[in-house]
Amino acid sequence: MNATETAPCADVAPEYGHESENYLHQHTIKSWLLTTDHKRIGILYLLSIIFFFAIAAFAAAIMRLELLTPAGDLVHSDTYNKLFTIHGVLMVWFFLIPSIPAVLGNFVIPMMIGARDVAFPKLNLLSWYLFMMGGACALYSILVGGVDTGWTFYTPYSSTYSNSHVVSMAAGIFIAGFGSILTGLNFIVTVHTMRAPGLTWFRLPLFIWSLYATSLILVLATPILAITLGLMAVERLWGIGIFNPHVGGDPVLFQHLFWFYSHPAVYIMILPGMGVVSEVITCFSRKQMFGYAYVAFASLAIAFIGFLVWGHHMFVAGQSVYAGLFFSLLSFLVAIPSGIKVFNWTATLYKGSISFETPMLYSLAFIGLFSLGGLTGLFLATLSVDVHLTDTYFIVAHFHYIMVGGMVTGFMAGLHYWWPKISGRMYPEKAGQLAALVTFIGFNLTFFPQFVLGYLGMPRRYHAYPPEFQIYNVLSTAGASVLGVGYLLPVIYLIWSLKHGKIAERNPWKATGLEWKTSSPPPVHNFEETPVVGEGPYNYPRLDHEDLEHA
Amino acid sequence: MKFPILPEQASTTAVQVDYLFWFLTGLSALLMLIIFGPMIYFLFKYRRLNLVDRHLPDFPTHRIEITWSVIPLFIVLGIFVWGSSVFYSMARVPSQGLEINVVGKQWMWHIQHAEGNREINELHVPVGQTVKLTLASEDVIHSFYLPAFRIKQDVVPGRYRTEWFQATKTGTFPLYCAEYCGTFHSGMIGRVFVMSPTAYEQWLERGQPGDSLAQSGERLFRELGCSGCHMGNSTIRAPRLEGLFGKPVPLQNGTIVRADEKYIRDSILLPQLQITAGYEPLMPTFQGRLSEDQLFQIIAYIKSLGAKTPQPLP
Repeated sequence: MNATETAPCADVAPEYGHESENYLHQHTIKSWLLTTDHKRIGILYLLSIIFFFAIAAFAAAIMRLELLTPAGDLVHSDTYNKLFTIHGVLMVWFFLIPSIPAVLGNFVIPMMIGARDVAFPKLNLLSWYLFMMGGACALYSILVGGVDTGWTFYTPYSSTYSNSHVVSMAAGIFIAGFGSILTGLNFIVTVHTMRAPGLTWFRLPLFIWSLYATSLILVLATPILAITLGLMAVERLWGIGIFNPHVGGDPVLFQHLFWFYSHPAVYIMILPGMGVVSEVITCFSRKQMFGYAYVAFASLAIAFIGFLVWGHHMFVAGQSVYAGLFFSLLSFLVAIPSGIKVFNWTATLYKGSISFETPMLYSLAFIGLFSLGGLTGLFLATLSVDVHLTDTYFIVAHFHYIMVGGMVTGFMAGLHYWWPKISGRMYPEKAGQLAALVTFIGFNLTFFPQFVLGYLGMPRRYHAYPPEFQIYNVLSTAGASVLGVGYLLPVIYLIWSLKHGKIAERNPWKATGLEWKTSSPPPVHNFEETPVVGEGPYNYPRLDHEDLEHA
Repeated sequence: MKFPILPEQASTTAVQVDYLFWFLTGLSALLMLIIFGPMIYFLFKYRRLNLVDRHLPDFPTHRIEITWSVIPLFIVLGIFVWGSSVFYSMARVPSQGLEINVVGKQWMWHIQHAEGNREINELHVPVGQTVKLTLASEDVIHSFYLPAFRIKQDVVPGRYRTEWFQATKTGTFPLYCAEYCGTFHSGMIGRVFVMSPTAYEQWLERGQPGDSLAQSGERLFRELGCSGCHMGNSTIRAPRLEGLFGKPVPLQNGTIVRADEKYIRDSILLPQLQITAGYEPLMPTFQGRLSEDQLFQIIAYIKSLGAKTPQPLP
């Protein structure tokens, strides 16, 4: 594997046209479906994940409406169970996991490191096709009747008792998983082999570091998920006793295997967001990142420790007390690198020159929501408190603060930040700021009451609930409708901006990254000539403070 | 519409957990203040249009990084120790206590008292006394959750789990299934009635249970033909059950196990798993022929034999 592999493959090369033409110059459907251009593949992912997000969000909307009243009166309980399964499966595997890595990562990683494409462009396209085949399987499962196991597929319910389309849904996740593995592999090789001359490891933007850590998890953890779901399907199809105790299996084994993947997967769903925030905070405060190397290594530390904490999902499942102690301790240790990141972002703001464009607002929201999500994680890492809180709405609120408050907010920050590069147009700034604000308010109104609900003892996945919990559910549903507006606004104004937005300059944010050194939108091969790097990242020029000191 | 803020606190465990919970809440609020106080101040002071001194001093970066890594490390280690010590006391089941059997099945809780009283989705217990629940599941994983007592335990099929509490006040408290178990998961709820000891005794008598749990077990023991081999002067050599419960049992493979509930359950359902030393593996499996409720009854009977002296083998 070497740099020559970045050249377009001979059979598609003629379609590319001139180097100087931007990557969007072709409009045929074929030119999209057979593209090996990482930027176009990023856009294919963007459209796909928005589609899945819309379905999953719709499922959430019906759930929130159902929960407006204590009685289960809007949909049947089976329907409700299918709704939260659809919501979880689609949001986790078909939105969050590909969100920043496959959309923004695909789009900017090669440009950030001064490469013409990823290391294996055809493999990159295959990833998208695998993802879509997985998505098609998932949609098929939904259309023929749905799945009611929850996204966690706990056995023996999933493998024996559920009367729903478990196997086809698991097959969808299984297939999409291979797309994830290939994307991770592609990114790892790209970062190792295709950095521009002079771009040493410690000159890499932190977004690259965090996606590198993410890719390691994708490659190492996803195969475990594939095996786990495979074993579950084998038991369901042929009754081979693996997890069902009536045929000699162990139901808790499934949980060990599932969380051995799914806990690291939680970090797939937050590390990329942290990477975006590091880019945006430095750019909009015009500052060098405080403690660059610490933030970079914190990503790797999170990825590493993330593999050793899976048992904290099973404190009441009956694992030994000593296993519980071990997993609790390691879960507390994950808090340290996460804390380091938050502290360094805050320190970066010190003596900066801060402006509040939309990406910055989203990034600040990220820090706030992630911090609250992280601090409530301390409650759950505490063994004796977790016994009360696990499987209640406290958990639901906690992981939504991380995954939605963190990852989705980070995705929105990145999407707005790189939108001029992606589309060649500026989004309307005021509308963007409004959407960021509405999202922040709506999010907190939706999920903060759920912390109280959880402490009061309301279990999750309840179709109907005792009336004393109603007030918080009403608040949560009200918040969800505000949050819905917050997500709808960007869809409207981003589409609007494609035609009517101000034409974007090469570097509208005056940012330092290599991706800003090429035109907007970039040419097919990203750079007219390979950039040479002579300095570290975020070397924002100091303001002329002679004037300022006298202010 | 009610506006509850605190859940009821009705067990000895709840008191300990709540101290921790409120400590963590206070700590989180403090940490949010420590992080976001300076952050909001920086955002305001260093906004682009504000003319201020932006000259950066030379930071001892490494020292700062180590400081804000080590201090949180000690904080979380402190929480770990406190949280774990409370957990340790929760996980250690007291040796003495009122024993009640709970079976979860889609979608109800079936409860059997030693005296023979049975109830569905309701649990009557005396206040101030340690109550030990042995939990079994007939089908999928359930979770026996008593929020007012701050305890929760997954009920896993094929296993026995234990959960204990000591209620501190009388009253009615909610019971939920906390592990998703299918269609009517949210209907798998009930109530715990904590009563004064005398009211509890009266409640037991009012139930007029007839047979105690052990007596029901004895009847099953005869009906299923267990007594043919394990009792009397059978020609088939099978281990005697008198005086067995709680004692060490030497196995054929050289290991020694304690004859607890799990051992007896396994010996009935999976008899080939653990062969007692010196015996032929002749016992048939009763897998699929006994409900979890019936297993509890037989175990109660075998437990009741535990105090007797074993008869000599023929």
